[in-house]
Amino acid sequence: MNVVPADLNNVESIVNEIVTRHEGNKHELVAVLNDVQKTLGYLPESALIQVADGLDIPLSKVYGVATFYTLLSIKPMGKHVIRVCESAPCHLLGANSLIDVLRKELRISIGETTKCGTFTLEHTSCLGLCGVAPAIMIDDEVFGNLMPDDIPAILEKYK
Amino acid sequence: MALVTLTIDGKETQVEEGTSILEAAKTVGIEIPSLCYLKDINETGKCRVCVVEVEKSNTLMASCVTPVANGMVVGTNTERVRSARRTVLELILSNHRTDCLTCEKNGDCKLQDYAYEYGLEELRFPSDRVLPELDDTNPFFIRDLSKCILCGRCISVCSDIQGQDAIALIGRGFDTKVAPAWDKPLEESPCVFCGNCVQVCPVGALTPKYSVGKGRFWEIEKVETTCPYCGTGCLLDLHVKNGKVVGASGADGPVNEGWTCVKGRFGLDFIHHPDRLTVPLIREGDGFKEASWDEALELVASKLGGLVSEHGSDSVAFFSSAKCTNEVSYLMQKLARAAVGTNNVDHCARLCHSSTVAGLATSFGSGAMTNSIHEIADAKAVFIIGSNTTENHPVIGIQVKEAVRRGAKLIVADPRDIELAQKAHIHMKHLPGTDVALLNGMMNVIIEKDLHDKEFIETRTENFEAFKECVSKYTPEYVSEITGVPAELIVEAAVAYATADTASLIYSMGITQHSTGTDNVLSTANIAMLTGNLGKESVGVNPLRGQNNVQGACDMGALPVFFPGYQSVTNPDIRSKFEKAWGRELPSEPGLTVTEAINVAYEGDLKGLYIIGENPMVSDPDINHVEAALKNLDFLVVQDIFLTETAELADVVLPSACFAEQSGTFTSTERRVQLVRKAIEPPGEARSDWEIICDISTRLGYPMNYSSSGEILDEIASLTPIYGGITSRRLDSKGLQWPCPTEDHPGTPYLHKGKFSRGLGLFSAIDYIPAAELPDEEYPLILTTGRILYHFHTGSMTRRTEGLHAHRPEAFIEIRPDTAEDLGIVDGEMVQVSSRRGKVEVRAKVTSWPAPGVVFMPFHFAEAAANILTNPALDPKAKIPEFKVCAVRIDRLPLEAAL
Ligand code: SF4
Ligand code: SF4
Ligand code: SF4
Ligand code: FES
Ligand code: FES
Repeated sequence: MNVVPADLNNVESIVNEIVTRHEGNKHELVAVLNDVQKTLGYLPESALIQVADGLDIPLSKVYGVATFYTLLSIKPMGKHVIRVCESAPCHLLGANSLIDVLRKELRISIGETTKCGTFTLEHTSCLGLCGVAPAIMIDDEVFGNLMPDDIPAILEKYK
Repeated sequence: MALVTLTIDGKETQVEEGTSILEAAKTVGIEIPSLCYLKDINETGKCRVCVVEVEKSNTLMASCVTPVANGMVVGTNTERVRSARRTVLELILSNHRTDCLTCEKNGDCKLQDYAYEYGLEELRFPSDRVLPELDDTNPFFIRDLSKCILCGRCISVCSDIQGQDAIALIGRGFDTKVAPAWDKPLEESPCVFCGNCVQVCPVGALTPKYSVGKGRFWEIEKVETTCPYCGTGCLLDLHVKNGKVVGASGADGPVNEGWTCVKGRFGLDFIHHPDRLTVPLIREGDGFKEASWDEALELVASKLGGLVSEHGSDSVAFFSSAKCTNEVSYLMQKLARAAVGTNNVDHCARLCHSSTVAGLATSFGSGAMTNSIHEIADAKAVFIIGSNTTENHPVIGIQVKEAVRRGAKLIVADPRDIELAQKAHIHMKHLPGTDVALLNGMMNVIIEKDLHDKEFIETRTENFEAFKECVSKYTPEYVSEITGVPAELIVEAAVAYATADTASLIYSMGITQHSTGTDNVLSTANIAMLTGNLGKESVGVNPLRGQNNVQGACDMGALPVFFPGYQSVTNPDIRSKFEKAWGRELPSEPGLTVTEAINVAYEGDLKGLYIIGENPMVSDPDINHVEAALKNLDFLVVQDIFLTETAELADVVLPSACFAEQSGTFTSTERRVQLVRKAIEPPGEARSDWEIICDISTRLGYPMNYSSSGEILDEIASLTPIYGGITSRRLDSKGLQWPCPTEDHPGTPYLHKGKFSRGLGLFSAIDYIPAAELPDEEYPLILTTGRILYHFHTGSMTRRTEGLHAHRPEAFIEIRPDTAEDLGIVDGEMVQVSSRRGKVEVRAKVTSWPAPGVVFMPFHFAEAAANILTNPALDPKAKIPEFKVCAVRIDRLPLEAAL
């Protein structure tokens, strides 16, 4: 996911190429969106409109799928994506205080990306790490048993 | 299908294999709770309120999606089931803003009912969900998604019934909601505001705006009636409280099955508009004074009577209306013929489908839609020419989309990229006025490729050889030059239409409103006969009639040559039948058509005119001429619900009851006679149209006495063979389709089975004749006119409906980007459009919809009336004017005026 956004002026040809690769097959919507996301870094409006056209699927449905899967994003993503678990166990054990620190450190809210494009902060549902709750995940790496004070050091590693 | 036996709550039942447990339970009188389930439409098993216990199965099953099995033992109300349902409901309620006290759905809400039934008071699962904000941005309904239970019904209806796919589930987790892409306002989505989502929402998440605060569910009485707008004939439930219509919903009519379009559901607040006429008005100088009924009726009778005795019966004319009931049109022509002694009676069908009546009567012997609306969904091909179905007959549009979903080929011939053209497999974008050439081209291909139905032609038709000779020169290449449609596309369309097992041809005003209107209609009949697409289900030639009762007004003989039921006034036997029944000698000379009457008035030979519910000052071509003609009359009476542009010119204005305030019948485009039920009293002193006519007739010395509209219908049945069995006693929610000759006849879903009304179907050899006015240097563009979804006809009703007016407040002209660029016009600027007859100022809408060289304007808007521009050139046979083609010029306005 931490791909540098490609040339957004080329959305049309990029999406066309991907749709063709999937032979315009309606049933491969998720795969198509995945590929587009990999190339462009996220799913801009123009890309979704073109996917809808190319696969002959209503735009509302394409958008629905694009916003359903955690792996897909309709907003530009930072180089590193921080996901904070918001499911009940993590929630009870203080996920909110982690978020408070993250917000202070990065000066962004959930769903936003830092100005420099380094970090995106997101919620996620259970990461399957409830044993070490509260937990977060940065890109593919997981961190458990966290206290608010641990956060700055972790972030330092990614800057 | 195999039958399956199972036991539900100890009761044994047998149902067809594949039935769901929930449906099976209904057969033994058990109603299993359900929230998301909508039979055949939303069967997703999502909400889990419908769970039941099935013996030998560990888990509870969602009964709406679980098929029955032999020997199954089901418990629908066990303690385990009840406790599971309670949990499900609690979870739903914890994410639901429960404000039943002020919720419009209070009393009619499934969630509330179940919460009550399962005794849910306190919520065990407080939620962190941030409830979405209320969205009241669109003019038709409020979306309060804080009450949405994500059942998905609205999404399924929007997608699978309405075919718009405006909304979907977006986002995930707690943020999931039903919305258009990017959560944009519905106005920026493909939504057409049919409100069918509102109809199916089980809770209070979607609420019609104009009903808010107007009444609680239990205070409202529902009155089933027929929609007053288009000819589709949807049944509506009017919601009535304290003598006011406070809302409407779709009723389960034979055509609409509960669905409606935006006009039927949200377009009825004109009923209580302050502009409604409530007292008779008599001209006084430039204005009017209020008058008593006695005074007004006396004046009408003495003036009309005076003109008749001074200048003869034919010096007066009568315009009935395609908006009024059958009973009113019947009385209107009886008034003209029996009381006054003239055949000068007509109505606005002259302007929309007189060429249909003339053409189809020639080819088949009967001028109406041959097949039924619901049959369209099963056709293997649907060929639409000159009908913007989804905007003008939206609920028929639903059938067309259903046909496509079931695999039909959709072929559309239209000069604009209308919605169905965009959804079509083949779109022929032909130039307005080239329909005969296009159809001849298709028929040339069909014969060349030997795809015609020889047996049908041999046994059921005549004059084939002359016809064949005529189309032989219309090769695809030649036709391509005339129409602008690529030759290959013509071939492709011809093959698709001819090779489909059943092909339904649908047309509307794009075919009829031409100086060659009758020729166009004859050509549609030719192509259907050529391919044997007549006399069985899901085929036919299907003209969609515009107004709610244009079919009925024609059937009732509000036509200058016909008594009711297309019985000719020139036939002595028929005349004597009516003379006997009506006790008067009747005129034998055909009378004046609407368009001729205007011309004769202009010349001064027509002295008096009585108009019910029509607005020629907006609807007729060349309005400047119409105005001069009406002003030239000695006496003009207009009976209407509003002071229309035409009524403003009248000597006497009579206030009438609208459709919700009188009873009678409408006949829909599929020949279905349906009931109109009086739901409320008319405002002020306004009266039923039929009562007013009776009074005038009586004062003219020809007493008419009826105790009810039903009594009039029975008289119609006694004199009109095709309506012979359609009596007030028999009509119910299903209506009856004519011909229905006797009281025990079930009605006729499709015509011409085994034999045409005229015996053999008649092929006509028709050559292409160009439109009467073609573009030239001075007027280089072709203007074509039509309607839009959100307005009706001259707008006297829809423009007085808040939501519709707010949504589409003004006129526009569609201009192609290339034309706009040539003229230096930008989207949204005001431009001047002129023709040889007049000019209007209107806003430019730059779009690639029209064909090259073509511009389009809707005709609803009096202040920018397209009909100032249109050409009154008439079809020689049907006398219908050429609304669909005239030559215009577009000029930019001086800078200050353009903003
Ligand atoms: S009003 Fe009709 S088109 Fe609009 S969202 Fe509802 S169902 Fe879909
Ligand atoms: S808006 Fe109504 S119909 Fe649509 S998902 Fe929500 S509750 Fe169901
Ligand atoms: S389709 Fe026609 S009859 Fe049906 S609701 Fe709409 S306007 Fe009324
Ligand atoms: S609840 Fe946070 S990881 Fe499972
Ligand atoms: S009604 Fe069966 S799951 Fe909703």
